[in-house]
Amino acid sequence: MSKSINLTLKIWRQKGPDDKGRIETYELKDVSTDLSFLEMLDVLNERLMLEGKEPVAFDHDCREGICGMCGSVVNGIPHGPEKGTTLCQLHMRHFKDGETLVIEPFRARAFKVIKDLVVDRSAMDEIIKAGGYISVNTGGAPEANTIPISPDVAERAMDAAACIGCGACVAACPNASAMLFVGAKISHLALLPQGKPEAARRALSMQRKMDELGFGNCGNERECEAVCPKEISITNIARLNREYIKASFGYQEDL
Amino acid sequence: MQLDSKVPAGPLEKKWDRHRFELKLINPANKRKFDIIVVGTGLAGASASATLAELGYNVKTFCIQDSPRRAHSIAAQGGINAAKNYPGDGDSIWRLFYDTIKGGDFRAREANVYRLAQISNHIIDQCVAQGVPFAREYGGLLANRSFGGAQVSRTFYARGQTGQQLLLGAYGALMRQVHAGKVQLFPRHEMLDLVLVDGNARGIVTRDLISGRVESHAAHAVVLATGGYGNIYFLSTNGNSGNVTATWRAYKKGAFFANPSFVQIHPTCIPVHGTYQSKLTLMSESLRNDGRVWVPKNPGDKRAPNDIPDSERDYYLERKYPSFGNLVPRDVASRNAKAVCDEGRGVGPTGYAVYLDFRDAIKRDGREVIRKKYGNLFQMYERITGEDPYETPMMIYPAVHYVMGGLWVDYNLMSTIPGLFVLGEANFSDHGANRLGASALMQGLADGYFIIPYTIGGYLAGTLLSDVKEDHPAFKEAEKAVAEKISRLLSIKGRRTVNDFHRELGRLLWNNCGMSRNDADMQEAKKKIPQLREEFWENVTVPGTPGEFNQVLEKAGRVADFLEFAELMVEDALQRRESCGCHFNEAYQTEDNEALRNDETCCYVSTWQFNGDGKEPTFHEEPLVFENVELIQRSYK
Repeated sequence: MSKSINLTLKIWRQKGPDDKGRIETYELKDVSTDLSFLEMLDVLNERLMLEGKEPVAFDHDCREGICGMCGSVVNGIPHGPEKGTTLCQLHMRHFKDGETLVIEPFRARAFKVIKDLVVDRSAMDEIIKAGGYISVNTGGAPEANTIPISPDVAERAMDAAACIGCGACVAACPNASAMLFVGAKISHLALLPQGKPEAARRALSMQRKMDELGFGNCGNERECEAVCPKEISITNIARLNREYIKASFGYQEDL
Repeated sequence: MQLDSKVPAGPLEKKWDRHRFELKLINPANKRKFDIIVVGTGLAGASASATLAELGYNVKTFCIQDSPRRAHSIAAQGGINAAKNYPGDGDSIWRLFYDTIKGGDFRAREANVYRLAQISNHIIDQCVAQGVPFAREYGGLLANRSFGGAQVSRTFYARGQTGQQLLLGAYGALMRQVHAGKVQLFPRHEMLDLVLVDGNARGIVTRDLISGRVESHAAHAVVLATGGYGNIYFLSTNGNSGNVTATWRAYKKGAFFANPSFVQIHPTCIPVHGTYQSKLTLMSESLRNDGRVWVPKNPGDKRAPNDIPDSERDYYLERKYPSFGNLVPRDVASRNAKAVCDEGRGVGPTGYAVYLDFRDAIKRDGREVIRKKYGNLFQMYERITGEDPYETPMMIYPAVHYVMGGLWVDYNLMSTIPGLFVLGEANFSDHGANRLGASALMQGLADGYFIIPYTIGGYLAGTLLSDVKEDHPAFKEAEKAVAEKISRLLSIKGRRTVNDFHRELGRLLWNNCGMSRNDADMQEAKKKIPQLREEFWENVTVPGTPGEFNQVLEKAGRVADFLEFAELMVEDALQRRESCGCHFNEAYQTEDNEALRNDETCCYVSTWQFNGDGKEPTFHEEPLVFENVELIQRSYK
């Protein structure tokens, strides 16, 4: 049940992409353990504003763990210490009285800092733009039950499709690789019969786009899987590699 | 003024076909001569942007999030309805139409709702083709489940993440068109004004949320798909960025607002626990299939739930509604929860909660069966509350979830401003006074994929539009007004935070114009809202400067609009002299406390026309005519 704790917060403050940035320290007293991590930051911000100071900028929206907009590094771990949890679903009851928390933005070459804890993750949209979809126009789709899909396949596709695109995998990876994100999308679509016709083209174009944007390669560190709030498996990276190799050998069209 | 709904003549089943034939067409080669602005990238906005671009129009798409994939449609859990009748349990387009009309307490337009039911089947086909991983039966065909308010299984679902998967499908379609160069995407941009030239909607003014730049964008038509305004209550199940700004500013430019007081309260949310809480989390309605709702019989019974014997528990829904029991529709379940708490029989630290108990289901089916059905929801509950629902009953309480009110639109989804179209939750059209589960997703996608592509063409082909660019004086004027409002907000430098005002407004509305309303409370709110608004403009503190990334400034603008809109909402609630759907006015109830509708005098859509700041808006009604269904009292006894 509800109790209060005192915390020391060391938060990355950076005015804009060109500012050097620094860690600033705040003492926060009487934090109710019922609060979510983001609500704790709200409380800090209310106080800062009443003191005439600039609040800490951080991204968030749904606050129920599904939109993928929130995410900061807490004590070195993207989305904080709880497994399978987004930052917005992390609650203060998991922290101890007197604890010091270091809060930083997701760091990767492809994620520019916009302000404080807010980073630009549009590179992930760029990768989807390169082919992370099934090319179908609206209106001409066949009757939905004309292509049966085994429930096992649908379930595996759903396991991969559950990715929320938050970017924690990139932030946790020593190479800042986006391969868990890309692998999840590739798997989701390659597993389904509807996604097969353009699977090769998709694998090549998404992989190339990822390299071009400055994301690194997978080194089997498995940090991505460890921090993923949706617990997406690295078997998706294996499938991405298979799809990519298959496509590299068998696909002729000039991209 | 007579509002023209433009509903086509002829039998209900043929109206949409006939209308599509009658709409003028634009030659495919000429579509590239038209620019269309779409604001919002949820199910309605993303699907509309993708489809319009596929047809050949040049589309400019705006969203306030960092990526179109973050729109709040992503959070919808339960499912999407369609009248496929795969289970063969008696469903049909007619039945889906009828359930939707009845569920909305006969306050929606027949022709629109029928069209929605017709289109529902195409949506499933389209989404399957896009790769949405819907649940499947062993034979590989699509699975269905049932949902509150319906007696057939017509809901398609992708685990508890249906909204996410449908949105990712639409987002993929959108990104494909961005890649093709037919959609220009503007993330982290907020629409701050609508621009009219010669009375037609011809563009918008936006603020780039990163640089703070105020910009103009011209087009031949504007589509608003900006969602609902449930966040006016401060606490709601909506994403934090949801707001009324785009629709409110369109209202101030002449678009009529319809049924602003129709707000859906969802019965199964995790209750409020503290002052700094920012969010209410919804627990899927499907829990009511197995969970039993109860409170202690005696007020003030503070014993732990498992210490209260059955004889001292009141399973009030089962007692009052024996045939529907715990599965009564949302409005009925919500009101009854409030009533028992108001009697002092609520549970938990605040007394504003009821138990949703799985004890009997676990005893009957075993823990494992329950875990398979609801495991992820139980886990989510435990994560938020720190309590284990396998051992102790969940606590739930109703929360603001969805709004049925929005900008008034005709059958073409066009507002009273020519060239301004409104889709999804942002319009008022399909859910009447109460939305049934799994029908919001259906409406968003029907509007975006299958209605707007036809009707916008009809408008563009039939309207002579002059050449308008961003240097037109109308844009300059709107930009200036927007910039002035921003600098005014920044110059106040008062002593109360934006959230503080928002919280006070939310509390006032929840208490005085929430789940259950009476004239005295609403009159009080009507008096207090202008005072709060006045204080806001004198005493709010907004740090920083206009030309930078400034989240408090963003929020301040939205709260300023909520403070204006709140008054219209209360006015609308006062105007409606009946109880219907989610609008429950205590003066209008049956002997057993059910909503008492008045079809004689209130069978209309209430709409409001802006007359200038500080002036009373003008009320207009669109009478609702039911030619195909008989208006009956909803009863779930």
